Amino acid sequence: MIQVENLTKRYGRYTAINNVSFEVARGEILGFLGPNGAGKTTTMRVLAGFFPASQGRARVAGYDVFEEPLEVKRRVGYLPENPPLYTEMTVDSYLSFVARIKGVPASDLGERLEYSKERCGLPNEGTRLIKHLSKGYRQRVGLAQALIHDPEVLILDEPTIGLDPNQISEVRELIRSLGGDHTIILSTHILPEVSMTCGRVIIINEGKIVAVDTPENLTRQLSGGQRIKLEVAGRVDQLSTLLGGVNGVQTVGSLEEADGRIRVWVESAAGTEIRHLLARTLVESGFELYQIHAEGRTLEEVFKELTTKEEAAA
Amino acid sequence: MRNYLALLGKELNTLFVSPIAYTVLAVFYAVSGYFFYIILSFFVQQSSMRQMGPSPFPMDVPGLVMASYLGVLSTILLFLLPMVTMGIFAEERKRGTIELLLTSPITRLQLILGKFSAAMIFLMVMLVPAALKILLLFLYSDPAPSPSPYLVALLGVLLLGGALMAIGLFVSSLTENQIVAAAATFGIFIILWVLDASAESSTTIWNETLRYLAVLNHYEDFTKGIIDTQHLVFYLSFVCLGLFLTSLSLDSEKWRS
Ligand SMILES: Nc1ncnc2c1ncn2[C@@H]1O[C@H](COP(=O)(O)OP(=O)(O)OP(=O)(O)O)[C@@H](O)[C@H]1O
Ligand SMILES: [Mg+2]
Repeated sequence: MIQVENLTKRYGRYTAINNVSFEVARGEILGFLGPNGAGKTTTMRVLAGFFPASQGRARVAGYDVFEEPLEVKRRVGYLPENPPLYTEMTVDSYLSFVARIKGVPASDLGERLEYSKERCGLPNEGTRLIKHLSKGYRQRVGLAQALIHDPEVLILDEPTIGLDPNQISEVRELIRSLGGDHTIILSTHILPEVSMTCGRVIIINEGKIVAVDTPENLTRQLSGGQRIKLEVAGRVDQLSTLLGGVNGVQTVGSLEEADGRIRVWVESAAGTEIRHLLARTLVESGFELYQIHAEGRTLEEVFKELTTKEEAAA
Repeated sequence: MRNYLALLGKELNTLFVSPIAYTVLAVFYAVSGYFFYIILSFFVQQSSMRQMGPSPFPMDVPGLVMASYLGVLSTILLFLLPMVTMGIFAEERKRGTIELLLTSPITRLQLILGKFSAAMIFLMVMLVPAALKILLLFLYSDPAPSPSPYLVALLGVLLLGGALMAIGLFVSSLTENQIVAAAATFGIFIILWVLDASAESSTTIWNETLRYLAVLNHYEDFTKGIIDTQHLVFYLSFVCLGLFLTSLSLDSEKWRS
């Protein structure tokens, strides 16, 4: 349904996304994760046809985004990061305007309007002015706008931002129920959201894809904590017990000796940072510390940031 | 066509609920009404003095009033039209609704024409009272003048306004700040206005060009009820140029954003 090949987008000299390739199958729900400024919005804007990429190709719903943009736009519902609302309009007049420019036939207009409002929790807001709605309700109007023409592909940039907890779970439920018939790409900063809604996740960092996997596999990695690689010199016999005694250490791997140095792996509990503790303990016990390095660090840090955000939001 | 109508409808809605539009209308109606009164009483006085004089050579009062009144109108429009066009694209950018428009299956031409037509309709609404005043003048004068100069003159105002607004539309598409758009548009209008004066001295090609570009130079004939294809072409090309530049500027979403 969506094929992206070697997509690169530059803003002037700055490369916002760099040689990104991925595919999304029909009916799949794909989550886009990444820290602020990773390039999620930029990728989505390219796919929605807002601006072309600097290099690379993208096909959506069987059409090339750059060669047949109108065909693509007809089949894509796009919720930008900031919902694109005409605040002086009522919800109904806004949604009918969007329906008309998206090509919904006049005969279906009423039905589509009711459907989108219903699905997005706006059944009674039709005659209200958008400027009088709260932020969460505006977000709902933004979602309704993306659904109005029953698009094959939905591109949702942070769809649950600004919603209350009940509405968040309703929207997640909505997105899940839309999957199957619709192909969906959504971006988020909230990790549990991904595991609840998405079949697959792409983690993007500094414009590059750093991981593509199912949420299960990714969460497993997360709950496994960090793997830390140490290189020290000193008395071998005490080392294992010493490391095992450090707060937060779960397992200590087997020791390897070479050139008078000892290499050892240590795994920490989820979400805790223990490198400084390890370093202090080792140095205080008379070891010389040559290297301390957490593997998959960027990935872990991204996740750490994401989980912290969910806690703050809950 | 459907897209165009939807865009036009939305644009009219946006224009006519904005306080800016009402302010512009109110100011325009008040100022133009005042000038009409001044001009009319001036020519009526002139005419009656003329009739009392030695050679009772009748004056074309409606024609003269119309020509000078439309001259004044053009000046008022020069000041007010930047405020009509300033927000047309700038506000879409500012609110992020440009993202909706550019990701919808509409062509750039439909978008630009929808917006431009809405602005033209607004201009017509601005001009209704002025047109009615001149019409009354024509209806009540004796002998009744032919209606064609009247229609030609109205066409002239619309063409001038259209050309100016096409520039305004372009400038508005360059920024997300309406005030910047208004100031820049106004600046361009002033330049187009005074080009003429700066070319006064001689008749080199350069000066001829400047004089040609001065928008108001092409307007005078219309106000006298004379239609000249050269002027018609001038204004229509101006409109096309403005709309074309707007389209380029929307395209530049490619390299800018
Ligand atoms: N119009 C622009 N001009 C210049 N740079 C831009 C522009 N838009 C985005 N960028 C840069 O491109 C990078 C990617 O931005 P993008 O908005 O895609 O990130 P994001 O992953 O959506 O982040 P967030 O989680 O904060 O929404 C950022 O470093 C940003 O500063
Ligand atoms: Mg973003």
